[in-house]
Amino acid sequence: MTGIKAAFDLQLHEFRLNVDLQLPAQGLTAVFGDSGCGKTTLLRCIAGLERRACGHLCVNGELWQSAQTWLPTHKRSLGYVFQEASLFPHLSVLGNVRYGMQRLINPQPARLEQAIELLGIEALLERKPARLSGGERQRVSIARALALNPKLLLMDEPLAALDLTRKREILPYLQRLQRELDIPVIYVTHAPDEVAQLADYLVVMRQGRVLTQGPLSQVLTQLGLPFQLGEDTSALLHAKVGLIDEHWHLARVDFNGGSLWTRDPNLPIGSAVRVRVLARDVSLARELPSQTSIQNLLRGRVDSLGADSHPGLVLVRVQVGEQMLIARLTKRAAASLGITVGDDIWVQVKSVALLA
Amino acid sequence: MGLSDGDIQALWLSLQLASTVTLLLLLIGTPIAWWLARSCSRWTLPLAAVVALPLVLPPSVLGFYALLAMGPNGPLGQLTVTLGLAPLAFSFAGLVLASVFYSLPFMVQPLQNAFESIGERPLEIAATLRASPLDAFFSVVVPLTWPGFITASILTFAHTLGEFGVVLMIGGNIPGVTRVASVQIYDHVEALEYADAHRLALVMLLFCFSVLLAVYAFKPEPNRLGGEHDGD
Repeated sequence: MTGIKAAFDLQLHEFRLNVDLQLPAQGLTAVFGDSGCGKTTLLRCIAGLERRACGHLCVNGELWQSAQTWLPTHKRSLGYVFQEASLFPHLSVLGNVRYGMQRLINPQPARLEQAIELLGIEALLERKPARLSGGERQRVSIARALALNPKLLLMDEPLAALDLTRKREILPYLQRLQRELDIPVIYVTHAPDEVAQLADYLVVMRQGRVLTQGPLSQVLTQLGLPFQLGEDTSALLHAKVGLIDEHWHLARVDFNGGSLWTRDPNLPIGSAVRVRVLARDVSLARELPSQTSIQNLLRGRVDSLGADSHPGLVLVRVQVGEQMLIARLTKRAAASLGITVGDDIWVQVKSVALLA
Repeated sequence: MGLSDGDIQALWLSLQLASTVTLLLLLIGTPIAWWLARSCSRWTLPLAAVVALPLVLPPSVLGFYALLAMGPNGPLGQLTVTLGLAPLAFSFAGLVLASVFYSLPFMVQPLQNAFESIGERPLEIAATLRASPLDAFFSVVVPLTWPGFITASILTFAHTLGEFGVVLMIGGNIPGVTRVASVQIYDHVEALEYADAHRLALVMLLFCFSVLLAVYAFKPEPNRLGGEHDGD
């Protein structure tokens, strides 16, 4: 049995956490929600730091909690990155990174080396935590968790305590982590851009409950007041840089079902990128438009229609290859085009945003 | 200085008593302080009050009850008889036992404050790094709170050195066994040997002053998680 099955019920004063999750065995799951929605409490339950939580927790076949069993935190094979600085001040960086590894029954020094290299902290090893910047401290914390060679990595808003510059400094390491790590990561955040850049799977929480969960691109394109990342409804495509047009400073990104042109992001050909397409930048046409400034034309099929936040607007989900895009139209435009589910249609994309 | 043999013997006995009591209290006081700092049990308040009792109780009251307990009809006295041990009253062991209770708050309260000041987080971090609770105590809590251990030990040592009432009640005044420096000074004064009393009192005064000076001058660097400054 692979994947993570986590169900918890916990009453803390006025607040009640009541969740039932089925998370993938690999990749990064973002747990998204406003502060106070219980996402950190959920993480603490998974780590075994909330002794009073009732429930069931099974991680890739290992039972950590049930009605009969409760594995104490120090016996769970997990790594935990706390929101604020959590390095032991009396130990050097190396001492911190080795602290957990030394306590393993079967320590793997290769993992330690790998963690140090992955987070780029080779030059910091002899320093005391007090002599590190906030971003460096957080990188050391992540390396310390990875050196444990855990079966599950938990991260509680690792960027929240950092300023924008520091965030930009750490994000590339997290993206590398997300691509190279073969263990599941549960990443708690309230920042939409972190979700867009890092998540494979998304859990949205509100007031102690799960609002929705699923693969990121699927959750984003669920119609009927879809979940928004940031200011507007959007779809997310997983693509690769396929071609660079140096003359026009453009790059073509290819996804499963088509390709789009965008400004040259200065990435080598073959780089994996996430492409965000806002619903307001997508329009639909019956006939192939002959003369238009819009360069990106895709052929798709209308999958479904859903309500938008304004009664005059409608969201149309269009399947392009294996990916979904969302177009925002006025209801009048949709009616005059006679859009119905199953129609083949031209999709015009005015602009896209590349997320690394 | 010209201290007499009796004075030196009394000082030496005081140092022995204070050291023994400090070591014993490190062993006994640490778990009590830890429990008081961490537990939410309804027994923490009564225990905290009992620990603090010697701060307000007249030493003679404490010494009186200790004497009763150690006497031939008291529970401790009967225990020593059953075990075939020498009686505790008017012995060095009895003095140690009473002093352990008498100095308990001076060990427990600084430690309890130190334990409370680091909060729950370091223990949680250690647990996520595979440290068992006992392991975490020695590898994280002790290094983070060692200034508390130093303060508690010095205060306990100095306080035991200065005790008088309890000693007089249960130890009496046996040279080399229970006659500690504070009692020796009292004897000198009783015998109107003011010059001798002066010398010994001055030694005690200077010693206690230096100890307190050391405690107040002792400012360890802050040992908070992650260091004192955030970002740059």
